[in-house]
Amino acid sequence: MAIRVVTDQAPIQAPTVTGRRGALGSVARGLTRNRKALAGLGVFGLFVVVAILAPVIAPYDPHALQFDQMLQPSRAHLLGTTGTGQDIFSQLLFGTRESLLIALGAGLGATLVSVIIGVSAAYMGGVPDHFLNLFTDFFLVLPTLPLMIIIGTYLNNRGLVVLIGVIVITGWSYGARQLRAQALSLRNREFLEAARVRGERSLYIIVFEILPNMTSLIVAIFFGAALYAVLAAAGLQFIGLGDPNSLSWGTMLYWAQANGALLAGSPVWVLAPGLCIAALGGAFALINYAFDEIGNPALRPVRRRK
Amino acid sequence: MSYLVRRLEFFFITLWATLTMNFILPRIMPGNPAEAMLVRYHGRVSPQTIKAIEVAFGLNSNESIFQQYLEYLRNTVTGNFGTSVTFFPVPVGDVIKQGLPWTLGLVGMATIIAFALGTLLGMLSAWRRGGIFDAILPPVFIVISAFPYFWLGLLFLLAFALTLGWFPLGFAYDLTDSINLSWSFAGQVLWHGFLPALTIVITSVGGWILTMRNTMITTLAEDYVKMARAKGLSPVRIMLMYAGRNAILPNLTGFAMSLGFVISGAILVEIVFNYPGLGFTLLQAVHSEDYALMQTLFLMITLAVLLAVLAADVLTAILDPRTREQG
Repeated sequence: MAIRVVTDQAPIQAPTVTGRRGALGSVARGLTRNRKALAGLGVFGLFVVVAILAPVIAPYDPHALQFDQMLQPSRAHLLGTTGTGQDIFSQLLFGTRESLLIALGAGLGATLVSVIIGVSAAYMGGVPDHFLNLFTDFFLVLPTLPLMIIIGTYLNNRGLVVLIGVIVITGWSYGARQLRAQALSLRNREFLEAARVRGERSLYIIVFEILPNMTSLIVAIFFGAALYAVLAAAGLQFIGLGDPNSLSWGTMLYWAQANGALLAGSPVWVLAPGLCIAALGGAFALINYAFDEIGNPALRPVRRRK
Repeated sequence: MSYLVRRLEFFFITLWATLTMNFILPRIMPGNPAEAMLVRYHGRVSPQTIKAIEVAFGLNSNESIFQQYLEYLRNTVTGNFGTSVTFFPVPVGDVIKQGLPWTLGLVGMATIIAFALGTLLGMLSAWRRGGIFDAILPPVFIVISAFPYFWLGLLFLLAFALTLGWFPLGFAYDLTDSINLSWSFAGQVLWHGFLPALTIVITSVGGWILTMRNTMITTLAEDYVKMARAKGLSPVRIMLMYAGRNAILPNLTGFAMSLGFVISGAILVEIVFNYPGLGFTLLQAVHSEDYALMQTLFLMITLAVLLAVLAADVLTAILDPRTREQG
């Protein structure tokens, strides 16, 4: 699926300690200076605009069954029609909404879980850390798709909340591992020592002293998790574990496959939603990778001197 | 050998956790899917089979949960997984035995090829830092690895099977033929397996390229590489035997930890190509709500991944002298 190769060397260097207010600002600066990040943000922004303006741009009601079936792309139907006579272009525009919602919702949920587990493991240390770490590694090696399929089949509720929940359960471990490594490197820094001496509570130290210094990694993990969510949701919906009546790119692919779109000579029905999934996923992957470069200057592209 | 001991501990703990999760999942799910299944079974199977299903899904309320757990473990260890509804009356174990070689062959070969190719390309990319190769490969593969596996499979199907007709539309061999040991049959298997394998290789190779490149960049800055250069060793020797050799180890650990992701994608590839492996069987099990088959498939796929992780760990222990020290 995505780039999810785990090494112990990745962006595990201690971040430079920034002031509390400067944290988000430095993330923004890093993003706008990196070409890969800018390309990713551009595509992502485009999809956000499409999702918001879908009712304005879409030429037809995406659910309406009013057209001839399996029409080829034409001026009236930019991408043709489905096997039940819906306009594919309109479906694609409206489908952006649910696909984005799943990506951002599940991405946020998974990031939250990984912050809680990763940071508390590093902060507590000792036996709790050992077990939380084991727990994380277990979820990391577990083949997530079969697990998602099983939970999805049992629940038999094909709603959005279930879909997002399943993705969160299976998608937090990678981020937790990275966060733990970075939090460990911060643990013995002087400013944390100072906070402890001041007598601050653990919760205060974690939320106001540790987390702001990991902002850039947390944002990177969010985009990594969002990428995972895009691909996982597409896979689950493709095999029919989503709500078949909902409108999203994965569901469109499900119907295209169920109607044998490729064999029936309507490749656009398969190509268009898949291309959107790949574009959104690619955008998230680029942003995520740009953060690796920001956090680890050795990886930045070098220019050869002439 | 403390490294291997720790990894063995991890293997057994994860194995136990998987078995236990497999036991708990159907019991904590709302409603009772297994009861519906029993109704469908009624009158079709022997009382022993009914009993086995009751044990597997916790319908037998006479027994305590602990007794159920022990009986479940015993059944699992002895390979008694119950009967499949989809392929009735074939036992689940036999259904899995049919699918397993196909998945192992396809996913195993594709993953090893992708790993070897990715490691080599990543090594070259880091070595020629800033060259054309290094400028193009990383961004291209960042984007490609964000493609859904199954969608790329559909694309290949459209381009190479439907439009060009170079490859078959799916399945693992010609359906007119039966499984036999002959050169022509082996050729069929390769021909049918090419597109699914290509899909897996292309979508997973990017991850290996990028991590290998990134660790190799770190290794290239090490003093022993400078030393080797100062001694005037040939560049190829430095690249392969000094920097590359040391960069491979973290990549190998990453390889093991990422197998779960690869197999998840491979399952979807099998579905797209109707490839008769475990992933395709899983889909059939889901569609016919064949819970016994579904659970066992999950168990088997996880077991395969855990064994592969263990194998990579053993390999790391052999390759890396540091793991043999205490600490």
